Amino acid sequence: MFESLTDRFDEIFTRLRGRGRLSEADLSAALREIRVALLEGDVNLEVVRELVESIRARASLAELDKSFTPAQQVIKIVNEELTAILGGEPLRITYAPKPPTVVLLVGLQGSGKTSAAAKLARWFVEQGRHPLLVAADLQRPAAVEQLRVLGRQVGAAVFSEPTDPVSVARRGVAEAIRVGRDVVVIDTAGRVSVDTGLMDEVAAVARATSPRYTFLVLDAMTGQDAVATAVAFHGALPLDGAILTKLDGDARGGAALSVAKVVGRPIAFVSTGERPADFETFRPDRMAGRNLGMGDVLSLVERAEQSLDGDATGRTMERIRRGRFTLEDFHEQLQQMKRLGPLSGIVGMLPGLPKEMRNAAVDEGSITRIEAVIRSMTPGERNDPAIINGSRRTRIATGSGTRPADVNDLVNRFKEMQKLMRSSGMMAQAHPGGRRQKRKGGRVTPASR
Amino acid sequence: MRVRRHRPDDGRAPAAPAPGDASASPSRPVLAGRLGRNRPGLAGGLARLFAGKVDETTFEALEDLLVAADVGLASTGRILAALRDAVRTGAVAPTPEALVAGLRAEIVAGFAGEDRSLQRAAAPPSVWLLVGVNGVGKTTTVGKLAARESADGRRVVVAAGDTFRAAAGDQLASWAERCGATLVRGAYGADPSSVVFDAVEHAAARGADLVLADSAGRLHTKTNLMDELRKVRRVADRPPGRVSEVLLVIDATTGQNGLAQAREFTNTVGVTGIVLTKLDGTAKGGIVLAIHDELGLPIKLVGIGEGPDDLVAFDPDDFAAALTGV
Repeated sequence: MFESLTDRFDEIFTRLRGRGRLSEADLSAALREIRVALLEGDVNLEVVRELVESIRARASLAELDKSFTPAQQVIKIVNEELTAILGGEPLRITYAPKPPTVVLLVGLQGSGKTSAAAKLARWFVEQGRHPLLVAADLQRPAAVEQLRVLGRQVGAAVFSEPTDPVSVARRGVAEAIRVGRDVVVIDTAGRVSVDTGLMDEVAAVARATSPRYTFLVLDAMTGQDAVATAVAFHGALPLDGAILTKLDGDARGGAALSVAKVVGRPIAFVSTGERPADFETFRPDRMAGRNLGMGDVLSLVERAEQSLDGDATGRTMERIRRGRFTLEDFHEQLQQMKRLGPLSGIVGMLPGLPKEMRNAAVDEGSITRIEAVIRSMTPGERNDPAIINGSRRTRIATGSGTRPADVNDLVNRFKEMQKLMRSSGMMAQAHPGGRRQKRKGGRVTPASR
Repeated sequence: MRVRRHRPDDGRAPAAPAPGDASASPSRPVLAGRLGRNRPGLAGGLARLFAGKVDETTFEALEDLLVAADVGLASTGRILAALRDAVRTGAVAPTPEALVAGLRAEIVAGFAGEDRSLQRAAAPPSVWLLVGVNGVGKTTTVGKLAARESADGRRVVVAAGDTFRAAAGDQLASWAERCGATLVRGAYGADPSSVVFDAVEHAAARGADLVLADSAGRLHTKTNLMDELRKVRRVADRPPGRVSEVLLVIDATTGQNGLAQAREFTNTVGVTGIVLTKLDGTAKGGIVLAIHDELGLPIKLVGIGEGPDDLVAFDPDDFAAALTGV
């Protein structure tokens, strides 16, 4: 999601890393780049302005701590500013003392409210709750039917009636009480914030149902308008947070930063794919860390724990630690990664992954090619690619429907990966004695971690 | 494959009227009039703009104006460079009012000499395919186009090419019903190419003029879904069908990601034009300016509401006026 912001920062800070001291000119240059990166990432103009000034002020005043280079200190400041904007502590959902807990979803047309409602219901089910979905979008043709179908998919009942949104919502809550549901998730029609009639209507829905949480559903690809929309909805309702959707694309998601800053409410959840399970609570510290190339390893580990074959992964990790990681292992890992879900979401989470590899891996088509090539190799070849000569290369290429150059390319890329794993300390050096290489310095880790 | 012919007066009540300017005529709601009231504008920036003399801060205010409209830094830079030149050569007077007028003129000039009409095949049926990422308004636009073309006397077949989204077919059925178009749909999860193919065959057999093909929203980063779309276009283009328009639907609230969308969809299915939707909100849709700059794709249609009449032809003057909304 924030991958490209990460790339820009990587470039900026790589240039700064070599320097011992940060001059005024250096800082200004870095801040100009940061401004461009943030604007290209759709962060609101005013928010960018304040952020840059804030970073400048702190960087100028910062006392040089000898254990960090100036570049690392700037990175640390930017990370802290972004984390602060994004909300610091993640929003913890608490429940109404007297059930049901009502959650109201509002937003523009097409932002993903109906999908989010179903996913949220599923999330509540995972938390051990019993949600009722209320289909209060009576404007869009077949919206109620859509929610009914989704409700069936996630195992949540759906309530609706062809009256009017306020009545549906009110009676939905009454129905939840009647049948003993402890959570109500209300889907509403998309509406533009300048339509006063519809804004009054959604305010009336809120008054009729007293939601514990009102969330603005916001599309991750929203541009500068995100603030105007959020401010308008917040003024009418108010909002308790936002749900950011369609994060599985390559949109940089600057809207999230803007909304959090201007409205002062956190991003509560993010939707990261088209499956109902692609929905999780937003972790601000991790997201800010992703901005700066620090990866989101914790999210990845959690997802992996949920979906992976723990034994297979454990075996591979052990082999890696002992300095062995072959193409066979790589193939195994690709299979595991496929099970985790959309590739782009995961690859973005890997820390320190060079931009080239990140972008290459994101192309799911090339993953299929890689798999085909590996499968055409003999076990001996997978174990030790050095034995692959011209005739073997041709055989592998023919067997996998690729060209010998592609086979060469894969082997080289794999060797690069092994090198990276060794130098990062993840993997022991391939010394016969199994001596471990000391972890090299140079990885930036903010003090807050 | 279910084919349903809908009669115009099924007795069903039409959907609630879209928010809109009641005084505009249904055939051509005036874009600028509809948008004018939606523009809170950059109050501070614009006040600076009209403070009196023209200096660097004026240009900064103009840059803010364009960036805030999602025009993006590259296109903004290009436009302002041209404007600076115009001021230097005296083509534009150094007053704030003249600058804004010059800005509008510069934007409008970029759209000169284009054919923005919707193309039809030499022999019917023409096929218009609507594509785009999730939630932008493809299905609603198909519905509006069906209404418009039917009102103009054309026989329209609508293909429910979104076989993924729950109740997408039902949504489209409601539109088809209203205007008397035939709807061709498949089972949930069916191959979209076969639905479109059946619609084309049906259209040809019945002498219909136009097939409007909806498609499922898809993020342009999903290779397998883009491959699927490529196939849909290929199949739709087989005789007796002829794809004469591939319309990329872009939501006016979209930020810089719109460029990536436009590039990828163009590479995959060859986009012939843009439909800019949801311009009735607060967003200015400046991203289409950036898309037009980079890829030269004509902006053919603008969506300004949820009702059947809320679709107008793109007008560069109206767009420039609303964009600069001073």
